[in-house]
Amino acid sequence: MEKQKFDYFIKTEKNNWEVIIGLEVHAQVISESKLFSGSSTKFGAKPNTQVSLVDSAFPGMLPVINQYCIEQAVKTGLGLNAKINLLSIFDRKNYFYADLPAGYQISQYKNPIVGEGSLTLDMPYGSKKVGIERLHLEQDAGKSIHDLSPDNTFVDLNRSGVALMEIVSKPDLRSPDEVNAYVKKLRSIMRYLKTCDGNMQEGSLRADVNVSVRKKGDKSFGTRCEIKNVNSIKFMEMAIDSEAKRQVELLESGKKIDQETRLFDTKKNETRSMRSKEEAHDYRYFPDPDLLPLKIEQNFIDNLKKKLPELPDEKKDRFIKKFKLTSYEANLLVSEVNISKYFEEVIKNSDIKLAKNWITGDLFAVLNEKNLDIKDSPVTPKNLSSLINAISSGEISGKIAKKVFEIMVETGDEPNKIIKEKKLKQQSDPKELEKIVSKVLKDNSDKVLQYKSGKEKLYGFFVGEAMKLSGGKANPKLLNDILKEKLRK
Amino acid sequence: MSDFNKSSLSEIVNLIKSKKVSSLEVTNHFIKNVEKSKKLNSFITTCFEESVKNAKQFDSKKNFDGLLSGVPLAVKDLFCTKNVKTTAGSKILENFTPTYESTVTRNLWSEGAILLGKLNCDEFAMGSSNETSYFGNTINPVGKDLVPGGSSGGSASALAANLTPATIGTDTGGSIRQPASFTGTVGLKPTYGLCSRWGIVAFASSLDQAGPMTKNVEDCALLLEAMSGHDEKDSTSINKKNEKYSKNLNEKIKGLKIGIPKEYRIENMPKEIDSLWKKGIDILKNSGAKIVDVSLPHTKYALPTYYIVAPAEASSNLARYDGVKYGYRSKKGKNLIEMYENTRGEGFGDEVKRRIFIGTYVLSSGYYDAYYLKAQKVRRLIKNDFDKCFKNVDAILTPSTPSSAFKIGEKTNDPISMYLNDIFTVPVNLAGIPAISIPAGQDEKGYPLGLQLITKALDEQKVLNIAFAMEKSIDFKQSLNRWWE
Amino acid sequence: MSIDKNQVKKVAKLSRISLDDTKLESLSKDLASILNFVEQLNELDTKKTEPLTSIVDKTLEPRADKINDGKIKNEILKNSPDKNEDFFIVPKVIE
Ligand SMILES: [Mg+2]
Ligand SMILES: [Zn+2]
Repeated sequence: MEKQKFDYFIKTEKNNWEVIIGLEVHAQVISESKLFSGSSTKFGAKPNTQVSLVDSAFPGMLPVINQYCIEQAVKTGLGLNAKINLLSIFDRKNYFYADLPAGYQISQYKNPIVGEGSLTLDMPYGSKKVGIERLHLEQDAGKSIHDLSPDNTFVDLNRSGVALMEIVSKPDLRSPDEVNAYVKKLRSIMRYLKTCDGNMQEGSLRADVNVSVRKKGDKSFGTRCEIKNVNSIKFMEMAIDSEAKRQVELLESGKKIDQETRLFDTKKNETRSMRSKEEAHDYRYFPDPDLLPLKIEQNFIDNLKKKLPELPDEKKDRFIKKFKLTSYEANLLVSEVNISKYFEEVIKNSDIKLAKNWITGDLFAVLNEKNLDIKDSPVTPKNLSSLINAISSGEISGKIAKKVFEIMVETGDEPNKIIKEKKLKQQSDPKELEKIVSKVLKDNSDKVLQYKSGKEKLYGFFVGEAMKLSGGKANPKLLNDILKEKLRK
Repeated sequence: MSDFNKSSLSEIVNLIKSKKVSSLEVTNHFIKNVEKSKKLNSFITTCFEESVKNAKQFDSKKNFDGLLSGVPLAVKDLFCTKNVKTTAGSKILENFTPTYESTVTRNLWSEGAILLGKLNCDEFAMGSSNETSYFGNTINPVGKDLVPGGSSGGSASALAANLTPATIGTDTGGSIRQPASFTGTVGLKPTYGLCSRWGIVAFASSLDQAGPMTKNVEDCALLLEAMSGHDEKDSTSINKKNEKYSKNLNEKIKGLKIGIPKEYRIENMPKEIDSLWKKGIDILKNSGAKIVDVSLPHTKYALPTYYIVAPAEASSNLARYDGVKYGYRSKKGKNLIEMYENTRGEGFGDEVKRRIFIGTYVLSSGYYDAYYLKAQKVRRLIKNDFDKCFKNVDAILTPSTPSSAFKIGEKTNDPISMYLNDIFTVPVNLAGIPAISIPAGQDEKGYPLGLQLITKALDEQKVLNIAFAMEKSIDFKQSLNRWWE
Repeated sequence: MSIDKNQVKKVAKLSRISLDDTKLESLSKDLASILNFVEQLNELDTKKTEPLTSIVDKTLEPRADKINDGKIKNEILKNSPDKNEDFFIVPKVIE
C-alpha cells in the first residue's frame, strides 16, 4: 500500500497547531483475587459480595500483596520492552471519596515496579515508536451509584482493591488515530500475555488523556489538561479532538490554558472542568508503612522472559516471512491473539492464501455484523479449513463456497455435510455437462446464429444459462471448454 | 475465696493448673474488684457474662495446656475483639463492634486466657496521660489526682489496682513503658514486628507495637511468649520461631556490658531521676555487669522526628473514619463532603485533630521534603546510633520517664510539655528495638519511678533477663490502700 | 516556616474535619508551636543520609493468588450507619 502523509493538525487562518497527547491507561490485572486481599475479582457479582474486611478498610486491617499480580505486572513490562525495577515501593495516595474506603489508594509513586519501555504502532504513514514512561501497580476503587436515589449515593465495593496496572506513555502521540492505534496495540499485547482482558465495556481498560497543543514547529510543550477516565477508544478520539480545538481557540484569542483536570461529556462532545474537585486535591503521597519494599529477583524475571508467548510484532514478522503475507495482511491477522490463533489453526491443513482471504474477508464481515469475538465464531477453524479444502480440490466452486459459508454461519454445520445434503458438489462429469450445453444451445438457436455472425458478447449469456441449469454447480473450467468446443462447430 | 490481689499472673496460672483454684473463682474475684473500682474509670467496656461463661467452660473442659490457662485478662481498647465493642477511646468508634479478633488477643485466648473487658486509653492512643479519651480520664491508683500515664493508661491503672492479673497495651512512643513507670508496674515494648498488628486499631503503623504489662518480669516473659508470633496477615511481622521467654528466664547477667548514654542526662533532670539512674547502675555493677559510657548523639532529635512521622502516618490511618462504613456519622450536612467534615469534626477529640492536622501539613505538597523526608532521614541517624552502640554493649540503661506521674489537668494546655514526657521512650520506637520499664524506686512524694533497659532487635530474652536480675535486687514494694474501693 | 490561620483552614479542609471558628486561634498557636518544635531537625545536615522507609529488615512476602475471603456481605454492612442490605449509603455526591 502506498504511504500516506501524517496530517493531523488543527488548522486555523493563522496557524497549524500540533496536538501532543500522552495517555495514562488503567488496565485491570487478570487474577483470581485482589491485589491485597483474598476476595474474588470476578465481574458482575451482586453488590458487596466480593468484599473482605481489608477491602472495606475496617480498623486494624492490613494489606498482603498478591504474588500473581506482581508476576502479571512484570510480564506486561517485558511485553513493553521495559526495564523491570528490582526494588519498588508502595505508597499511599490520600484523598476522600465514598468508594475509597481507607481514604487512601495504595499505589506506587516514586519507585514503580516497571520503568521505561516502548511499543510500535503501524500507521498508514509508516511505523511509529511510542515511549512508555512507567508501569505501576495500584488498587482499583469501588463503585458509586448515583442514580438509585435522589438524595443518596450507593456504594458497591466489589471492585475495591482489584489490581490495576497504570501504564503511562510519554507525550509521543500526535493524533486521535495514533491514540486509537496505541490503545489497540497495548490491549493486544496484554491480551497476548493474558495480563488484562481489555474489556472496555466492563471497565477493565480506561484511560486518562493528557492533551496540549503547540504551533507546528515549536519545540517546547504547551500547558496540558488531563481528561479523566475515558472508557472507550471512540470517546478518547472525540475528547482529544474537542479538547485540542478548545485549547487552540483559547490560545488564538490570547488567553491562557489552565493546567487542570477535565471530564469528557459524551453527549455534548465537549470537555468540562472538574476544578471544584481539584482544588482540594493534594494527594500527600508517602510510603505505605503497612508494606515493605518489594524486591524482585533477576532470575524470576529471566524465567518469566523465557515463558513469554510470541508477541504481535514477532508474530507479524514470522507471518510475513513464512507465509508470504504483506505487512498489511499480517497486521490484520496478528492484531488480536485469537485471530492469529484462528488463522494458524486453519492453515494447518489448508491453503494459506485462501485462508487469509476468507478470514479477513467473509469471516471478518460476519463477525463485525454480529459483533462477535473470533473465539465465538459460528464457523470454527476446522470447518473453515474443510471449506477451503473443498474449494482447493475442485469439489465446489468459489461461488458455491459462499453459499455453503452462509449456511455454516447460520447453522454452525460442517461444510461437507452441507455440500452433501444440499447436493452442492461441483458438476465435473463431461457427459452431463455436454447434455446441459446442448440443451442451452438448442433452446437458444437464434442467439447461436447471432453469435456465429459476430455478436461474441453473447458468450457470457450461454455460460450463465448453462450454469443456471446446473444449479450453479457446473465446474466452470470444464463448462467453458465444452461450450467453446460446441460453438466452434 | 482466696485473695489474688497479691498473686502474680504466673502464680495464678500455677494455682489453676494445679487445680487449687478454678478459673471461675479467679474470674469472679477480678469481676468483683472491677465492680468496686468504678472510680478509677479504667474500663470502657466489661463483658462479665461472657467471662463467667468462658471460665465455666474452661473449668468443665479441664485443658491445662495453655500458657495462660483459665486466667481472666482485660486488654487495652485498641485491640479489636470479636463481638465486644472496640472504641479506641474515641467517640467516632463509640458503637463499633468488630466481627473479628485481633491476632494478639486471639493468641491469648488460644493459650487459655479469658476476656474480662476493654481498658480505657487515650483516643487512638494519642496521649501520655489518658486524658484524651472520649470516655473520660483514667485515675492512677497511686493517687486520686494523678494521671496513670498513657496511652495505655487504663491498662496500667487496672493492673496496679489488681483489676486484672496482667494486661496488654500498645506502644507507639512510650505508651506501655511510661504508664508502667507511672504506676509501678512492668511494661515491655517488643521489637517492631514481633507481635502482629493485625486487628489493632492503627495509630502510626511504622511505630505501633503491642506488648505485655505485668506486675513482675516473670509475668512479662510469660505474657510476651503467649502474645507474640509470626502472622502472615501482617506484612511487617517478623518470620521467626516462637521463643520460650518464660522457660529461659534467668538472672545470670555477669559479664554483660551495659551502656549508659550521656545524652539521656537532660537539662533540669530532677535529682530523684538522676539518683534512681545511679541506683540502677550500682545494682548492675553489683550483679557483675560491666558499665560502659556510650553515646547516642541524635537522641535530642528523636522527639521532633517522632512528631513528624507519627502524625503523618496517623493522618492517613485515620482517614477511614469517615462515617461511611462503621462508627459515628454526623446527621448534619447536605452532601458527602459536609457529612465527612461534620462526622470527623464531631467524632474526633482535640488532640487527635491536632495530630491529623500536623500530619496532613507535613505531607502536603511543598512541605513533604522539609518535614517528612527530613524526619525519615533523621530516623535513620537515630537507628544508626543504636546499631553502632550495640556493637559494644549488650544493653542500655536509662530512666523510663523524666518525672513521676503528674497531676490530672497539669499539662493538658501545653502539647509540647506533654510530648516531652516521652523523651526517653520515643527513640526506641523509631529504631524498632525492644525496651522494658521496671519499677525501680519512688520519688519523695512516694510516686513510683521506672528504669528502662534497651537491647538490639530481637534480644527480648536478654532484656528480660537483665530486668529479672535487677528486679531481684531492687525489691520494689508498692502498697496501695485500695482507697478507690 | 510557620503556619497561619488560612493554612490551618486549608489543612482542615484537606483532612475533611470541620473547624470551629472559635478554636481557630488557639489551634493555630498549638500547631505553630509543634511545627516550631519539630523544625529543630533543620540543625542537622542530612544531605548524604538515605531516608528510612521501613524499620524491619526484610522485604515483602507475597501471598498466593487464591480466593479465600469476601462473601461476608452481612458482616461488612453490619456496622454501617445507614442500614441497607446491599449497599453502603452516603449523602449525595456532588461533582
Ligand atoms: Mg491520572
Ligand atoms: Zn492510577
